[in-house]
Amino acid sequence: MDFITVTQSLFEGFAITCLIFLLTLVFALPLGLLISFCTMSKIKAIKGVFKVIVWVIRGVPLMLQLFIVYYLPGMLSPTGLNPFGKLDNFFYFNLGIDNGGALLATLIAFVINYAAYFSEIFRGGIESIPRGQYEAGKVLGMTKNQIFKKVVFMQVVKRIVPPMSNEIITLVKDTALARVIGVIEIIKVADMFASKAIIWPLFYTSVFYLVFVGLLTVLFGFIEKKLSYYKV
Amino acid sequence: MAFLEVCDLRKCFGETEVLKGVSFTMEKGEVISVIGSSGNGKTTLLRCLNFLETPDDGTITVGGKRVFPVATEEEKTGGNRLTFGLVFQNFNLFPQYNALRNVTLAMDIKDENELRAAGVKSKERKAILKQRKADNVQTATALLERVGLKDKLLNYPCELSGGQQQRVAIARALALSPDILCFDEPTSALDPELTGEVLKVIKGLIDEDRTIIIVTHEMGFARNVSDKIIFMADGVIEETGTPEEVFDAPKSEKTRAFFAKATEKE
Repeated sequence: MDFITVTQSLFEGFAITCLIFLLTLVFALPLGLLISFCTMSKIKAIKGVFKVIVWVIRGVPLMLQLFIVYYLPGMLSPTGLNPFGKLDNFFYFNLGIDNGGALLATLIAFVINYAAYFSEIFRGGIESIPRGQYEAGKVLGMTKNQIFKKVVFMQVVKRIVPPMSNEIITLVKDTALARVIGVIEIIKVADMFASKAIIWPLFYTSVFYLVFVGLLTVLFGFIEKKLSYYKV
Repeated sequence: MAFLEVCDLRKCFGETEVLKGVSFTMEKGEVISVIGSSGNGKTTLLRCLNFLETPDDGTITVGGKRVFPVATEEEKTGGNRLTFGLVFQNFNLFPQYNALRNVTLAMDIKDENELRAAGVKSKERKAILKQRKADNVQTATALLERVGLKDKLLNYPCELSGGQQQRVAIARALALSPDILCFDEPTSALDPELTGEVLKVIKGLIDEDRTIIIVTHEMGFARNVSDKIIFMADGVIEETGTPEEVFDAPKSEKTRAFFAKATEKE
């Protein structure tokens, strides 16, 4: 197996890796913010329910959550059919990789899991903003929404960039878990070579991760620098 | 009827009764200094006037109009809130905005809220707001010039000294032209050498016949600029009168004890 063929195959797997990464971020960030509001809710019932949800999601291994999301609906449905199985042709990215159903299940599990982690980062950021900022907004006649949007939000963003970048970099590598339900991401592709007794592509995948995480590190450094004009 | 009438204001925090029935009146253009040692309800009184705390009991009337208690949340957050302006001890500037934006932000939001309440359509509103925004920048620039920060318009709070930050905060409060401007220990968080510049700005406002309530520990300043002194002790107004009456001939034992301690420190 020559280097170029392997590289091409790995890139196909890496496209799926990137897809999981990007879509998880796009949905988990707003969902995480929403959950953080719920865990800070003044209504005790909402607060309690969401605290429990966050505890369960952070307490159960992500790999197990993948299995649960992928298999449980089928086990519970009266027909016994896995609903994700029907979607196997829904996502077809012309990559010769047909794992759409598992991909959707992966996204659901990842979005919920990461939203739980993000929500705690958001909560920490929001709760760290001094009360005086809210009070200043209030006496200046702003509504609660306006205070959050115009006064608090950008201060929260600045405070959460470091913990967020940590979590987001972890997400890059967590995508490799998706292979347990049959998503053909980069490690799975390399694994397929390994089963033909070609081991080096497995090690080679680390280059893809390293470059990706390197780019993210530069990006987060840039964002931090951009936000350094003010102190919170 | 006086311009501001505060009647029997009460406030508890848990078991602690912080305001035990505070009543006073104030005319337009008057300056009142509230003095007394810490923990006697001065700041709570100011926070109640600014709706940062909800009093448990009592009434507040401004210009014949009841502002507390009111029936709806809307009345509270609407026009009534902007009857009062507040300058905080710790400035509470918005760190992510420069001095100019700190002043214009609330003006822009006020314009937007007013247009929304008037039911102006989104497209029209944007056009009007664009014009208003330009006007607001002009107004804010003039205000910042007045507090002596002409050359700091584009500086961020972290680049300003405490005195400069407090002056931005004063400009920000003035921007909404409140009927009554309140100062909550405006110089207490400042280095001694910076208090002068802030007091000078406040003095300037007083000379313009603004209606002002100051909670302060600056006895000399309070004596010089106030029309009326309120001495608070233990959640009530212990003594009130002209500066001469209160400072030179205090009637109450508690007032005398407070001044004795205050001068002892100096």
